[in-house]
Amino acid sequence: MVKEPKSMRDLPITPLSCPTVASMGKTGSWRTFRPVIDSTKCTHCLLCWIFCPEGCIERQKDDMPDINYDYCKGCGVCANECRLGAIRMERERE
Amino acid sequence: MAQVIIDTGNHIAGFACKAARAQVVAAYPITPQSPVVEQIADLIEKGQMDAKYIRVESEHSAMAACIGAAVGGARAFTATSAHGLALMHEMLHWASASRLPIVMAVVNRAMGPPWNVWADFSDSLSQRDTGWIQFYCASNQEIFDTIIQAYKLCEDKRVFLPAMVCFEGYVLSHTSMPVKIPDQKDIDDFLPPYNPPWLLDVENPITHGNIVYPDWYMEFRYFMQEAMENAKRLIPEIDKEYGKKFGFEYGGHVERYRCEDAEHILLTMGTMGSEAKVTVDRLREKGLKVGAARLRVFRPFPKEEIQNLARNVRMLTIVDRQISYGMEGPLLTEVKASLYGEEETPLTAGFIAGLGGRDVTFMDLEMMINRSLKWLKAGRVEKEVEWIGLRK
Repeated sequence: MVKEPKSMRDLPITPLSCPTVASMGKTGSWRTFRPVIDSTKCTHCLLCWIFCPEGCIERQKDDMPDINYDYCKGCGVCANECRLGAIRMERERE
Repeated sequence: MAQVIIDTGNHIAGFACKAARAQVVAAYPITPQSPVVEQIADLIEKGQMDAKYIRVESEHSAMAACIGAAVGGARAFTATSAHGLALMHEMLHWASASRLPIVMAVVNRAMGPPWNVWADFSDSLSQRDTGWIQFYCASNQEIFDTIIQAYKLCEDKRVFLPAMVCFEGYVLSHTSMPVKIPDQKDIDDFLPPYNPPWLLDVENPITHGNIVYPDWYMEFRYFMQEAMENAKRLIPEIDKEYGKKFGFEYGGHVERYRCEDAEHILLTMGTMGSEAKVTVDRLREKGLKVGAARLRVFRPFPKEEIQNLARNVRMLTIVDRQISYGMEGPLLTEVKASLYGEEETPLTAGFIAGLGGRDVTFMDLEMMINRSLKWLKAGRVEKEVEWIGLRK
């Protein structure tokens, strides 16, 4: 989280920021299409995990990928990379 | 041991870069700047200079590479001219607002079209508002000295801004003059290694220049203005310190020549300032109380110094080797703005001269003074801005 400076003298001379989880908030709300993994087709190759540009795919113990829908923007890179067609992009409702 | 060498302004800028122990040089060649970077490449290739030379595909990339180097804690240097400088424009803002003490030699050249590679200050003065400190030199010795001083100034924690060290294409860039190169140990004493306030470090990651919302943006701009004011204060101090150590001093912001009792001052920039001394000597022989002043620093603009210069003076003749289309010469504008509100102000006469490398001789300057004197006698300036040598 960004700490609110009390005075301008608390600021560095140029804006510097440290890595933080989602400084822009929960970007999952930007999504129009939602990637859905078909666990029967998935071979746990982790290509989707490697290619996700936002780091929204988490690698579970058995190497099963798990998509974090709080931050996934629905870009579809994972579905495009999956060689087995195990990721389907579904239109978001509402 | 200190040594005197005879070389061109461009090569001297290369030697200064080496003497300043610049660690990263990223540059793209452009006339008339090319020999600066050829010289540096040569020094590195021969093992005489310990620096990384990055070959880039444009000036925009050259400045971007210097920014990366400076953020990584290296002392960075580049050089360019005219259209190369214009292409850098976006990165110039990035460098200054990131508060990186990059030093760049700008070999002043006219902007095209019409294509022209000769001396003209409109390239660097177009970049006036980018947050860069701007020095203007009048000799090869001054190029060397100013590059060393510029690092000292820029790396001061009260400043942390980049600087351009400007000198006119061909007039200095390709002209050989004797230059005293001080002993490296003395330069190292004067200019210790760069100590950055923060670094890019994989162990402790930061990004910088990220978004700042309207509620805090203005403060960062205010810091830059403060830094410029600090630079204004430090420039004469550093000039004095350098002069004491190495024997060359340039009067801080403004070099004055026979100004003590002068009633009429000729104000110029760059090498026209050397030419002006000849004019002053000639007119003094005729009994005219004339002096010459040469502005060395355009940003920060030495407002107080100009006010001081204009006190007890009846006439200021101001020569611009540049034009701000739709207004007048930028030096004239800034001088008048500095004097506005002063109790007694001299008359000011502005002249545009020497664009695109047209020679400005002591005779031309003498003519400008004579014309100004006529106006002084009449009590009013007949023509606020006059173009000198304009062909019919």
